[in-house]
Amino acid sequence: MAEIAIKGVAKRFGGFTALHQVDLTISDQEFMVLLGASGCGKTTLLRIVAGLETPSQGEVWIGGRRVDHLPPRDRGIAMVFQNYAVFPHLTVFENIAFGLRMKKLPQQEVERRVNRTAELMHIEQLLKRYSGQLSGGQRQRVAVARALTMEPDVILMDEPLSNLDALLRLEMRAELKGVLAASKTTTIYVTHDQVEAMSLADRIAVMHQGRIVQAASPVEVYRNPAARFVGSFIGSPPMNFIPATKAENGDWTVAGLTLSGPKSDRQKLEFAIRPEDVDAGDKGLQATVRVIEPLGPHTLVTCDVEGGLFRAILDSDAGVKVGDHLRLAPKPDRIRWFDPETSNAL
Amino acid sequence: MSAVAEAPLAAAPADARKAGDWLLIATAILLCVWVLLPIYLLIVNALSSPEQVTAFPKRFFPSFDLGSLSFFINFAGVARALWNSVLVATLTMILAIGLGAPAGYALSRFDFPGKGTFRFLVLMTRAFPLPLLALPLAVMFIRTGLDDTAIGLALVHTTLALPFAVLITFSLFSGIPVELEEAAWTLGCTRWQAFRKVILPLALPGIAASAVFAFTISWNEVFAAAVLTIENRTLTAFLLQSLGESPLYLKFAGGAALVVPALIFIFAVRKYLFAMWGIANR
Repeated sequence: MAEIAIKGVAKRFGGFTALHQVDLTISDQEFMVLLGASGCGKTTLLRIVAGLETPSQGEVWIGGRRVDHLPPRDRGIAMVFQNYAVFPHLTVFENIAFGLRMKKLPQQEVERRVNRTAELMHIEQLLKRYSGQLSGGQRQRVAVARALTMEPDVILMDEPLSNLDALLRLEMRAELKGVLAASKTTTIYVTHDQVEAMSLADRIAVMHQGRIVQAASPVEVYRNPAARFVGSFIGSPPMNFIPATKAENGDWTVAGLTLSGPKSDRQKLEFAIRPEDVDAGDKGLQATVRVIEPLGPHTLVTCDVEGGLFRAILDSDAGVKVGDHLRLAPKPDRIRWFDPETSNAL
Repeated sequence: MSAVAEAPLAAAPADARKAGDWLLIATAILLCVWVLLPIYLLIVNALSSPEQVTAFPKRFFPSFDLGSLSFFINFAGVARALWNSVLVATLTMILAIGLGAPAGYALSRFDFPGKGTFRFLVLMTRAFPLPLLALPLAVMFIRTGLDDTAIGLALVHTTLALPFAVLITFSLFSGIPVELEEAAWTLGCTRWQAFRKVILPLALPGIAASAVFAFTISWNEVFAAAVLTIENRTLTAFLLQSLGESPLYLKFAGGAALVVPALIFIFAVRKYLFAMWGIANR
């Protein structure tokens, strides 16, 4: 049982504020992904939970125990590092056994646990080798095995797949998900890769400039971004944003289309729609086609809408040509509105 | 037509490159001769019999006559001076690594105010000419009773060796990823345990190299040794004092006894010295 609670954690490096007052609760056995661009503070937050960094203020609780004053070894955590950090002077066996030996477990127990996790990570045949004789993917497996064999309450992962090539990453991703679900640990996983985040997470915490902008399930983060940043960061291609102006009767005019939107005192709002949530028809947003990229199952069409770029994913058979004037009809239930002043969803 | 016109144009840069290559090779040979010739002469003469050393014309190959060397070894005071040299150098090695390695670790792992200044000042100690310090040091040593002792001289040699010990171990520890240490902490180690179980085994060959270098610095040092010791002379100081008026073959044998161990030590640890100076080990 290990619920993690991060309460008002802030971190300043000199004059630079890496984290502003972050609050986040991760329930027992949850897979939480911290997602954000580089420099958003996600790794700093992970390192604060691990105890490798001290917060400038705030509290960290693991399993109902306040831990922010404790060294890493007393927190009941295990960590997997981006560059694997496999000890080069020890064999794979001794690497995996390292933490167990620190706990002074009897040799028999050490062997049993090492062999079991090695089997789980499919590295039984590598136990006598040294890190220099392993490929990147194998090192990654050793690093995960070393963390798992500690049977920790919490596993912390800092971009564990980012140094692997694309195919291996895909394979390891699926494997990690299975192994971690079976281990029943609480996981915090840091990544900048939104596909990785989507596919692994129970919940995603999207971070931006030292703040958590939204923490919700992958589908929720994708469908209902809490802030403009989330919509523009998640999704490939990202969400489209078009300025909307208030019409006489309280409706909103968007690129030649009148829509009933939220009630607001503002004269201007931002209309937002995902590229796949528009259909070409005779009523809709006025768009001029600029670029066409056929992708097989569908076609990515980049248009001019209200002087800005707009990407639409249309059917491969839509038969659009460069220079065409299209009417793109947004699916009404997929339209989102953002306040241009606060960037928050309405 | 165009082919004819192009040929000399293409030849000109090739010529220039060739000339540059020759210049490089010639310079390299010159530098090698500059360094190797004295060592060659030293060894040839040390391994020749006393008569051959003073004879003319010189031999190109030594006769491997150990007459000069055995005379030198049995020369009064040499054994004692040799022992003093080893003692002082060993003390210097222990002190320089004992103080330098922790400093190198701190420089590589911690950010602290004045870090840059500290690194600079450590190096600056080498810019201080020893002769300038010799008189005040001698006076101070006589007052504190450190004069003419192995530990006193070792202290002076430590100040000479320390900058190198600090900088070599600094680059050594910097080359070991901090994540290895952090991984050890998360796996149940205290800071000291992580150092002992992970960092030390990885750094040990380099630390040994740095120790050998400190030993060599003390082994080779002559000025402080000559000023600060009288009875307990190290080999360098002893030779400086007694070989001035001894025969030529004895000088060669003494020179070889000093140079050869130092050469072997430095050769053994060259990889780490190159690493310190940022030169690839090729």
